[in-house]
Amino acid sequence: MSEPLHTVYVPRDAAALSVGADETAAAIRAEATRRGIPLRIVRNGSRGMLWIETLVEVETPEGRVAYGPVMAEDVAGLFDAGFLEGADHALAHGLTEKIPYFAKQERLTFARCGIIDPLSVEDYRLHGGFRGLERALAMTPAEIVTEVTESGLRGRGGAGFPTGIKWNTVLNAKADQKYICCNADEGDSGTFADRMIMEGDPFCLIEGMTIAAIAVGATEGYIYIRSEYPHAVATMREAIRLAYDEKWLGDEIHGTGHRFHLDVRVGAGAYICGEETSMLESLEGKRGTVRAKPPLPALEGLFGKPTVVNNVLSLTSVPIILDKGASYYRDFGVGRSRGTLAFQLAGNIKHGGIVEKAFGVTLHELLYEFGGGTITGRPIRAVQAGGPLGAYLPPSLFDLPKDYEAFAAVEAMVGHGGIVVFDDSVDMARQARFAMEFCAAESCGKCTPCRIGAVRGVEVMDRIIAGDKVAKNITLLNDLCEVMTDGSLCAMGGMTPIPVRSALKHFPEDFTRSPAAVAAE
Amino acid sequence: MNARSPWSEDRATAVIAANRHLRGALLPMLHALQEEFGCIDEEAIPLLARELNLSRADVHGVVSFYHEFRRSRPGRHTIKVCRAEACQSMNADGLIDHIRRRLKVDFHETTADDAFSLEPVFCLGNCALAPAVMVDETLHGRVSPARFDAITASTLATEAAR
Repeated sequence: MSEPLHTVYVPRDAAALSVGADETAAAIRAEATRRGIPLRIVRNGSRGMLWIETLVEVETPEGRVAYGPVMAEDVAGLFDAGFLEGADHALAHGLTEKIPYFAKQERLTFARCGIIDPLSVEDYRLHGGFRGLERALAMTPAEIVTEVTESGLRGRGGAGFPTGIKWNTVLNAKADQKYICCNADEGDSGTFADRMIMEGDPFCLIEGMTIAAIAVGATEGYIYIRSEYPHAVATMREAIRLAYDEKWLGDEIHGTGHRFHLDVRVGAGAYICGEETSMLESLEGKRGTVRAKPPLPALEGLFGKPTVVNNVLSLTSVPIILDKGASYYRDFGVGRSRGTLAFQLAGNIKHGGIVEKAFGVTLHELLYEFGGGTITGRPIRAVQAGGPLGAYLPPSLFDLPKDYEAFAAVEAMVGHGGIVVFDDSVDMARQARFAMEFCAAESCGKCTPCRIGAVRGVEVMDRIIAGDKVAKNITLLNDLCEVMTDGSLCAMGGMTPIPVRSALKHFPEDFTRSPAAVAAE
Repeated sequence: MNARSPWSEDRATAVIAANRHLRGALLPMLHALQEEFGCIDEEAIPLLARELNLSRADVHGVVSFYHEFRRSRPGRHTIKVCRAEACQSMNADGLIDHIRRRLKVDFHETTADDAFSLEPVFCLGNCALAPAVMVDETLHGRVSPARFDAITASTLATEAAR
């Protein structure tokens, strides 16, 4: 009798690759060959526990056992210890699903991410894939839209607009052509959930978009992925090809009369193209300048046709809603924030990664119970929540529950769920300056408050940092922020003041401590 | 390694034609040209304008809007360093200073020997393993100055031996 075939999982997620996952996989393959052990290596997505990447898992009768971080040089030792049987080792973490960071999560959107082979339709099906679509294929468009509306799903890209209401507008629009556009231009620092799910469970996005297409009567779709994500682009393209092969995309989706064609388009390094109208311009082959709204993209979107524009995490939440029903999803969460969000712990954090939890979890739980504090071991002084346009929050607000309304009440936003952690070495005046600098670099230039305001903002911050007439310049900065907030065409200029003002409000001491300012006192 | 083929009108025409069937084809065409030549040559502008029935100014406007499209050939290798907030929190600024000194090059520049182009980037999506650097198509996380030197050692040696 031959030895049983061992299965070992080594992630192919870009974050894992960035710390040597390919080298680790090659070392495992070579070591197994050297020892004459038959081995199957599956290149899965990431489980999202990024501080222990490369996280190698071994299939055992009890479940998958985790080892990490595994570098190529650790591999021989792991074989010696008997890791293929799940034996103990300095890098062992026991059963992956029992690791507290993972066990305490509520994985709905990311249910399959890190578990399956992302490019196996069969694996996807075995783990519940396409069940939502199959159910949708038997429903009327209005029933699908109702299901999504009743789930309480709100746009995960930042603005939090109810997804079902958007779909309903497109469904009711009369047109010869409608589109589904997935905004995968995830440019916010501190966010990587879109990238992770596109690399770890690409069929989930394809399924979500196909359900959206059937719901509103669209026959063409685009996924607009930022060029900084070459691995996600490659994985999505391959997954789309496989979905066509298996008739999950194309002219006749599984013998039903439904037609849906899907293509990937790649951005070109413009942050503003994450704004939906700017993304549509870019998809049309133009400069990514924002459009004035109205008209809403739902009525006049891509090429002037009714278009659903949804973020990756909104669309990847749709399959489970259709599979398990609206009430299943709605039962997670608090208030008007229903379901789960994949929070991303980033920056100076000991245990960085994805934490999918129902809304209502507090920053404190995320930062300390999951995140374990800073990696530098110094106290957390500030976090930026919701990307470069999100507020800087001090520890006094860490008890805030993650909920769209609770965050809005303190002039902050949940956004895309990214949380960037800074220790006490951070200079908040510098961070405020950076917010303006970023806006100046990334403004599309269409409206004056954003285009000129951001440049003036950098200049004013430079004077404050240099200690030049600080009180007067802070008044000027507040004025400028007001003009940008009230006068900008889109969120870029309109929300750049949020990090600036929150830094000023919660960390005023950083704005008045330049040598010149101190000397003048 | 970056593609850096010298300009060829025939090649460019073929690259453009291969993307002709796409709607909103200008960005895919620009990406394909840059993949072939390493940049968008001035000579490509009228070809694109003619193909898409646009003015040359329109095409120029699109090329210049996007940070990614270059107007001159890059070095043999491109190093992209993230300077967004998550990487800032892990001292990306210190890393950037180190890289500038080490390679004797600033952002948006190419080293004198044509080996490396250094580009800033806002977010590589590796924010839990900051600071992040991309060398050609390879992403690296937790990049300290020492790790940067280790990552680039073999490429630097190869380039020095040229």
